[in-house]
Amino acid sequence: MTTPILEIRNLHARIEEREILKGVNLIIPPGEVHAVMGRNGSGKSTLSYVLAGKEDYEITEGEVLLDGENLLEMDPAERAAAGLFLAFQYPIEIPGVATMTFLKAAINAQRKARGEGELSTPDFMRAVKTAGTELNVDTDMLKRPLNVGFSGGEKKRAEVLQMALLQPKMCILDETDSGLDIDALQVVSKGVNALRAANRSMLVITHYQRLLNHIVPDVVHVFSDGRIVESGDKDLALQLEAKGYADFDGAAA
Amino acid sequence: MADYDHIPTLKENIDRATVDSVLSLDVDKYKYGFETDIESDMAPKGLSEDTVRFISAKKNEPEWMLEWRLDAYKRFLTLTEPTWAKVHYPQIDLQDMYYYAAPKSTPAPKSLDEVDPALIAMYDKLGVPLREREILAGVERPNVAVDAVMDSVSVVTTFREELAKVGIIFCSIAEAIREHPDLVRKYLASVVPVSDNYYATLNSAVFTDGSFVYIPKGVRCPMELSTYFRINEKKTGQFERTLIIAEADSYVSYLEGCTAPMRDENQLHAAVVELVALDNAEIKYSTVQNWYPGDKDGKGGIYNFVTKRGDCRGANSKISWTQVETGSAITWKYPSCILRGDGSRGEFYSIAISNGHQQVDSGTKMIHLGKNTSSRIISKGIAAGFSDNTYRGQVSAHAKAKNARNFTQCDSLLIGDTCGAHTVPYIESRNGSAVFEHEATTSKISDDQMFYCQQRGLNEEEAVALIVNGFVRDVLQHLPMEFMVETQKLIAISLEGSVG
Ligand SMILES: Nc1ncnc2c1ncn2[C@@H]1O[C@H](COP(=O)(O)OP(=O)(O)OP(=O)(O)O)[C@@H](O)[C@H]1O
Ligand SMILES: [Mg+2]
Repeated sequence: MTTPILEIRNLHARIEEREILKGVNLIIPPGEVHAVMGRNGSGKSTLSYVLAGKEDYEITEGEVLLDGENLLEMDPAERAAAGLFLAFQYPIEIPGVATMTFLKAAINAQRKARGEGELSTPDFMRAVKTAGTELNVDTDMLKRPLNVGFSGGEKKRAEVLQMALLQPKMCILDETDSGLDIDALQVVSKGVNALRAANRSMLVITHYQRLLNHIVPDVVHVFSDGRIVESGDKDLALQLEAKGYADFDGAAA
Repeated sequence: MADYDHIPTLKENIDRATVDSVLSLDVDKYKYGFETDIESDMAPKGLSEDTVRFISAKKNEPEWMLEWRLDAYKRFLTLTEPTWAKVHYPQIDLQDMYYYAAPKSTPAPKSLDEVDPALIAMYDKLGVPLREREILAGVERPNVAVDAVMDSVSVVTTFREELAKVGIIFCSIAEAIREHPDLVRKYLASVVPVSDNYYATLNSAVFTDGSFVYIPKGVRCPMELSTYFRINEKKTGQFERTLIIAEADSYVSYLEGCTAPMRDENQLHAAVVELVALDNAEIKYSTVQNWYPGDKDGKGGIYNFVTKRGDCRGANSKISWTQVETGSAITWKYPSCILRGDGSRGEFYSIAISNGHQQVDSGTKMIHLGKNTSSRIISKGIAAGFSDNTYRGQVSAHAKAKNARNFTQCDSLLIGDTCGAHTVPYIESRNGSAVFEHEATTSKISDDQMFYCQQRGLNEEEAVALIVNGFVRDVLQHLPMEFMVETQKLIAISLEGSVG
């Protein structure tokens, strides 16, 4: 069997004495897109932060492998260089740092960490232009400080733009669809679909089945009270949409 | 020509015996009338009238200059050291210093192998060419000549010739005193009076180096003037004196300093810089200051007590100060503008970074005297480690300064919990039509910002450097291109070790 891109075994994590993740198990093989749906506050963003290495959490049990490597031993920047990308539910503002500057710094930092040379400015500009056109991000926006004064939808598009440029192995999209208008949803979905590849996997967190019409998942998971309580194909999302989460509460074994 | 008739009246305090013995000596050799051997490279230790005479003689100065210095020295004796700045340092013993060509307190390194590895690492990161490193690090017998580093004498000569074609004078202050006495006498101390403050008075008595710039009427200086191009006398003086005069309708941009840290044996630096802008003239003065801040305990660092002032003497003249401060153990510096001409404008853009145990007390003064004068202050202070970073600014409007306008923005960024940032604004308006706006913020780099950057692959130090460069962007933009790129690197290096 091929090594999964992401493998989470019995992951428990707490913040300020409160357990949020209570035994997450999840395997995502290469090339697959998995969707995660679940109530507000069930711990979806927490899972994404813990995977990305945010400091505030204490991991009390469990194991995570990224392409076979122990993810929990790496610091956040190492995880990024190893190919883990998180599109934030709430992207952070970096005042004074032009989006373009930030993108270049990120790409080159990752290349450096992997022992690769810096990307030349013309190559970088070409890559940004291509990705920008695809995601309807105009050059004016790239000159503005990252996320400062961006509309909700612009922030989400900027996240996907970064993802497209960094070419990660494992993409986690935390509610990337929220705040997008109908057209933007199409554009962003197209951008994400373009990144689907045999050696790249995705974990798509969403509240809306509609997104999954655009980004069709291989597997849908229901997340409840800190763990995955049900998994199925894309029809599971339709079922959830119709009935809500009540059926799945306390369904975990 | 010997002028020994003059001597006894000049220095009444010197005992008769000294004067007699001087007078009995070979007059030409001792025309300045003091005891020290002027062939020696060293002035006597300590500050005295003899020291002042020695310096003046070494510089071949005319009599009027010596008198000017002695007058300053006499005033200095009546002053005491100021204590209002928020910096703390051991009392400086002025008698325990050399004022001209100090002997090295520690032997100079014989090769780069003996230089502090931290300094070498910094040169690496800044990309300082190999051939310049020995000079900067103060290696005893460098393999290259200083003037070779300063782009060879011929380049400098061509450079000066080009300037001379349009009538610009750019030379050392010592040369200006000898070659252009009328200009020097007219403008020296016309902006910073000899008795202005303790350090300025001291500087007036003992200054040994510095630049002189004169831009004639209607001339736009065709290049950025940089101290880098002026061949320094071998040792940069600890008491520099710079005078820049821009005649009506002229423009000049002047760059001081360089990003590479220089090893310097002198603990105390007390420079005076005077700018004069006449009608419609503009002077842009940019400084990047990166003196060796000392080892990790702050030992060997430099005390930098500077008086910089620009006089917008003419109508609609403009002076702007842009500074990047990273070095020095202690900095005490307030580049200021006197807005005397109607419609004149002063600007101050500053980035001050303190890390380790550095103490910075810096800011500006905008003195509005003329009608419709305006000023703008943007100060960005970044404090890390155990450092203390104070912005001290004064904006005042005279009764006649109708419609004076000031906008001040003062932002501080703290990195970690053991440093401090302080903002001390003094605002004084003596007329009702003046409008002064002041905005101040203090922020920290948030954990969320750090995490976001790290998630994108930047390590902690890269993330801090990027965020700080964003924080100072408004000021960076005012730097000449070459300084801007170097400054971004310098910021990253200055903040190394400030996180984690
Ligand atoms: N710093 C904290 N201290 C205490 N509790 C926290 C902290 N951060 C998050 N939580 C709690 O952890 C739980 C899970 O939050 P999380 O953001 O992971 O939910 P979510 O599933 O992403 O919700 P949503 O769908 O609303 O985005 C919530 O109850 C939240 O209040
Ligand atoms: Mg969430």
